[in-house]
Amino acid sequence: MMTLVAWINRAVWFGTVIMFASLGEIITEKSGNLNLGVPGIMFIGGFAGFAGAYYYENAVANPNVALIVLIALLCAFVAAGLGGLIYSFLTITLRANQNVTGLALTIFGAGIANFFGVRVLNGGTSVKATFANKVFTAKIPFLSKLGTVGDMLFSYGFMVYAVIILAVVIHCVLYKTRTGLNLRAVGENPATADAAGVNVTKYKYVATCLGAGLTGLGGVYYVLDYGYGTWSTANSIEALGWLAVALVIFATWKPLNIIWGSYLFGVLYWLYNYLPTILGITIPPYATQLIQMVPYIVTIVVLVFVSFRKKRENQPPASLGLAYFREER
Amino acid sequence: MDKKQLKKSGGEPLVRIAKREGVPFWKAWGVRVIAVILALIVCAIFIYLVTKLNPIQVYKVMLEGSFKSKYKVLCTLRDTALLLGIGVALAPAFKMRFWNIGAEGQVLMGGLATAAVMVYCNELPAWLLFVVMLAAALCAGAIWGLIPAIFKSKWDTNETLITLMMNYVAINIVLCVTNLWRGEKSSMGTINMHTKAGWFPEIFGYRFILNIIIIFVLAIAMFIYLKRSKHGFEISVVGESANTAKYAGINVKKVIIRTMLISGAICGICGFITVAGRDQTISTATAGGYGFTAIIVAWLAKFNSFYMALISFLLIFLENGAAQIASAYSSLNDYAASIITGIILFFILGSEFFVNYRFVFRTKAAKEVKG
Repeated sequence: MMTLVAWINRAVWFGTVIMFASLGEIITEKSGNLNLGVPGIMFIGGFAGFAGAYYYENAVANPNVALIVLIALLCAFVAAGLGGLIYSFLTITLRANQNVTGLALTIFGAGIANFFGVRVLNGGTSVKATFANKVFTAKIPFLSKLGTVGDMLFSYGFMVYAVIILAVVIHCVLYKTRTGLNLRAVGENPATADAAGVNVTKYKYVATCLGAGLTGLGGVYYVLDYGYGTWSTANSIEALGWLAVALVIFATWKPLNIIWGSYLFGVLYWLYNYLPTILGITIPPYATQLIQMVPYIVTIVVLVFVSFRKKRENQPPASLGLAYFREER
Repeated sequence: MDKKQLKKSGGEPLVRIAKREGVPFWKAWGVRVIAVILALIVCAIFIYLVTKLNPIQVYKVMLEGSFKSKYKVLCTLRDTALLLGIGVALAPAFKMRFWNIGAEGQVLMGGLATAAVMVYCNELPAWLLFVVMLAAALCAGAIWGLIPAIFKSKWDTNETLITLMMNYVAINIVLCVTNLWRGEKSSMGTINMHTKAGWFPEIFGYRFILNIIIIFVLAIAMFIYLKRSKHGFEISVVGESANTAKYAGINVKKVIIRTMLISGAICGICGFITVAGRDQTISTATAGGYGFTAIIVAWLAKFNSFYMALISFLLIFLENGAAQIASAYSSLNDYAASIITGIILFFILGSEFFVNYRFVFRTKAAKEVKG
């Protein structure tokens, strides 16, 4: 039972990281921009948030809880948003190829984060933002003491709950408001949206930068909670970023599907660590690596299954990956 | 924005953007060279602001990273060749608009197959051993390319995601197999350390020459294949529009599967070259991220082998240079390479806009109308 609870906890932490990133990528892709720079943006956001919190808590004697949260989130959001702005300028204004720009952004983002990261590390292998970690992992009082249920549902930091609310909000905005309708129109058929008086360029810019900002929040959650508040040279942000891109397709571009999809990815990702203990068996190390393939194989199988059924509402935005040029209609 | 301007100027916007037709060769390359120079200036400013080092001095040290010694030049050429090889492998797939993000995995599988033959068949005569190694690597890479192609052609499954996921499957397979091979030891070590069975021979007394020759031949062959063969034509038609291709009587499914077989197989050869000609071992770092970088190489070069060679060289040069400056200056580190590479790529990507489009100012446009 203990193992099962620990597994679920891990899955939820993991899921929260990629849920932020996937939600951001959904908003971006709904505007017709396929941003493959997600891992890079997560790196930028994660590092900026960490650096902000780390310097703040070392600079003042008694760090303020609300202030450190604000600093971490704001740094991450703004820095990641700037990454999104580079991407937007290149792909929307200069009409560069989206996939290549995204990949370049991944190289650039990982470079920026690690370059300054090494300077923060100052020769060591890891540094810890202790106070920020405490704030970000603070459990819900009272409710988290409710035995197993409390451990399973109420023993997480505030961002775990915030992201679920965020997913619902994004769903409502996308499908229930005029803004959401316009955004989807831009992603489906920008020429039509343009003719209907929607400012295509503005929608694309805002959606991409906002999406990048959310992706960055995934990065800061990765460092300050999932990664125990430590910044180190070796981290798996990049793999998680790619999984987030995969999750968007897996969830067929629907924010509500992202919620269960990300937890499912989390459960599968940590399968190798907990399943043998639950079953009471020991497996040789080489078999562990075979179990680690499971989330990827499951993704492939589900994807093939989805494409096999081929429902119309499960398709990507029609103009995804294409630049819009008014004069070329 | 356009609307407001339209109102202000009474109809004609101040600046409008028009497509350029038939850009002269020198002009297009002029724009790109200017972009790279601008990028280097931006990088120089960045280096100065962060580290207060003299950027010119830093760039000089960067040059040493690729050209300081004979061995360094050789390594630069070897790595350029490898990156070019993967770019050559990806070119037909991307020309077909098949998003093969899985070169990393295809190279790894090719490398793993090569390593397996080196481990288990090292008694074979040298020539036969090489043939078996090459065949195994080819098949492994081709299979890894074939799987997403089958799903794509049958059910139009998103290939970006499948190829990406198959990278991780390949990484875990490599981890698993190396774990079995190394047994109690902490690392794989060099395969056939004493017999050197399956190692590429030295040519003219140097290592890596054979790597470069193989890729050179592949690059030329791919250039001819894409430009001059019927297959190459079919690939470009499918890439432009699958519907047009169908209408023209091209069997799109067959083209997709055939092209991905070729793409995967060449990736497999790159894995073979890396394992037999460079590392003499296999690890998850064998492909070293080149599978992703090669996508940029292929796209920027518009699938032309010669441009691909040029861009590969530029990227490898930057990588080596950054490693050199990282060891020379304590205030810089290896990751500066990624930043500089990123900035240069951004500028090259952005420069394409100025190659393909031009600004038309209002007065000039009015004259054109009169004339």
